[in-house]
Amino acid sequence: MNRDWSTLWPILWESFGQTLQMVTVALLTGGLAGLALGLALYVTRPGNLLANRWVFGTLNVLVNIVRPIPFIIFVTLLGPVTLQVVGTTLGTEAFIFPLSVMTAFGTSRIVEQNLVGIDPGVVEAARAMGASPWRIITTVLVPEALAPLILGYTFLFIAVLDMSAIAGIIGGGGLGNFAIVYGYQRYNWAVVAVTVVVIIAIVQLAQLLGNRLARRALHR
Amino acid sequence: MTDDDARPAGDDPHPAIELRGVSKTFGEGARAVRAVDDVSLTVRRGEIFGVIGYSGAGKSTLVRLINALETATGGDVVIDGQTVTGLPERRLRDVRSRIGMVFQQFNLLSSRTVAGNVGYPLRVARWKRADRERRVAELLDFVGLADKAKAYPGQLSGGQKQRVGIARALAASPTILLADEATSALDPETTREVLALLRRVNAELGITIVVITHEMDVVRSTCHRVAVMEHGKVVEVGDVYDVFSAPRADASRRFVGTALHDRPSPDALARLRERHPGRLVTVGVREGASTGTELFRLLREHEVDGAVVFGGISEVGDRPFGSLTVELVGRADRVALFLAELGRHADVVDLGTAAHPLDDPRTLLGGRS
Repeated sequence: MNRDWSTLWPILWESFGQTLQMVTVALLTGGLAGLALGLALYVTRPGNLLANRWVFGTLNVLVNIVRPIPFIIFVTLLGPVTLQVVGTTLGTEAFIFPLSVMTAFGTSRIVEQNLVGIDPGVVEAARAMGASPWRIITTVLVPEALAPLILGYTFLFIAVLDMSAIAGIIGGGGLGNFAIVYGYQRYNWAVVAVTVVVIIAIVQLAQLLGNRLARRALHR
Repeated sequence: MTDDDARPAGDDPHPAIELRGVSKTFGEGARAVRAVDDVSLTVRRGEIFGVIGYSGAGKSTLVRLINALETATGGDVVIDGQTVTGLPERRLRDVRSRIGMVFQQFNLLSSRTVAGNVGYPLRVARWKRADRERRVAELLDFVGLADKAKAYPGQLSGGQKQRVGIARALAASPTILLADEATSALDPETTREVLALLRRVNAELGITIVVITHEMDVVRSTCHRVAVMEHGKVVEVGDVYDVFSAPRADASRRFVGTALHDRPSPDALARLRERHPGRLVTVGVREGASTGTELFRLLREHEVDGAVVFGGISEVGDRPFGSLTVELVGRADRVALFLAELGRHADVVDLGTAAHPLDDPRTLLGGRS
């Protein structure tokens, strides 16, 4: 039953491309939406720049509701919305949507946590210079937290890579699906091992890049 | 910028800063805290005005009411003749941009270079790039950090950081500079440098400065006038020299005591009496009354021997201030005549003799440290 590696390599290569596509799109859209949500959580916190108990409370509860849902269930739950947005509930494209949404919610907490570490005095100094809240968000909050944010996004990249492994449940592809379908389900442990090595290599590379960029952003 | 001749005008129709019955309460109901309680103050154009108080006295809140980082819950804050209380947020930003602020912890943007930090308020004010660069170079030159333009704050010493903070506060050409405990995180040497820079900002650029501090030494060396705060209220306002020479409030006396060490504390006095059993007197030395000369002339005239056993004369503002404690040895009638004569020329406190000691009322009241 086991296929020859000569036919497996092209599939592995294709799966690698699918994983990259899923992770890139999810990190770009979900990461950006998560940045906005995380900033909103931070600035509306009591005592902060645009403190608003009602907005903060709503966002906070919303994030707390979505994040604990097991991702495999979340993909199914979001099905009707995915159908409206993507036009189908099957395949890699259809999987990217719930992946991006979950990424956004995960990102929001990481962004919020990193912003909490900012010295409030720096924000006060910017206010004292007459800077508007929007200007403070874009020119103070984000740049000041850039190094931890880069590390946070590196962490997210790996988390999204992990989540993308279950794309197969709705007919999506990717490395995780490849390892399950051609390795795990056929008792071909060599395929599983090779795929895992590829994933580990991607993770190592991403972490290396993240660490470098973060160090450069730190200015110490 | 203001003209030099505008400085002493106490009846200036538009003083730099005017607080009229200003209050600030944080929280509501039973947990409400009145940080600033019905404060009325006038800061004249071109002066260095000190606000001194212990931590929790409300001085940091007071300074934030001036540049509208906090909004008053009562009273009016008037800046350059414009009432700022009640202005909408957008207008308040304009007011803030005309008032520079320097912080205890510097509050520099760690992600920007020195030049980027100094240029930041100019970005906020939408200056063109070329103008910005010229202004930043000019300011770094003024604070003596031209060679650090490309350094990041993390690479600077505390004193350098504060000079960047001052350059940044001056960037948008404010008429008022607020210094909130600007030297409290610095060592004594760096403190002197930063205070000298603030005096230069005042003298050369004519900028009105409000100095918030808990150190009377900062007031002594830098300020023209001072307000003493306690429990959210201003308990005394006046010329620094007057507050030093005749403090009225207890808090003022305590602060003056921390900056002057010319009078012997009760402990030191006890030790002095062991060494010098004769009559001890403390003679105040003030500007104008050349008490030093007077003292020695009268000693000669009355044939009384005098030995200086304690004391110190330093400057308050730029005027001499201090006292000398002298042991008098001579015939009792001559000493009495001498003291009567000296008392007409100077502020004299009789400490008695070791056998019949008298207390110094000022050290007792002041609770000096």
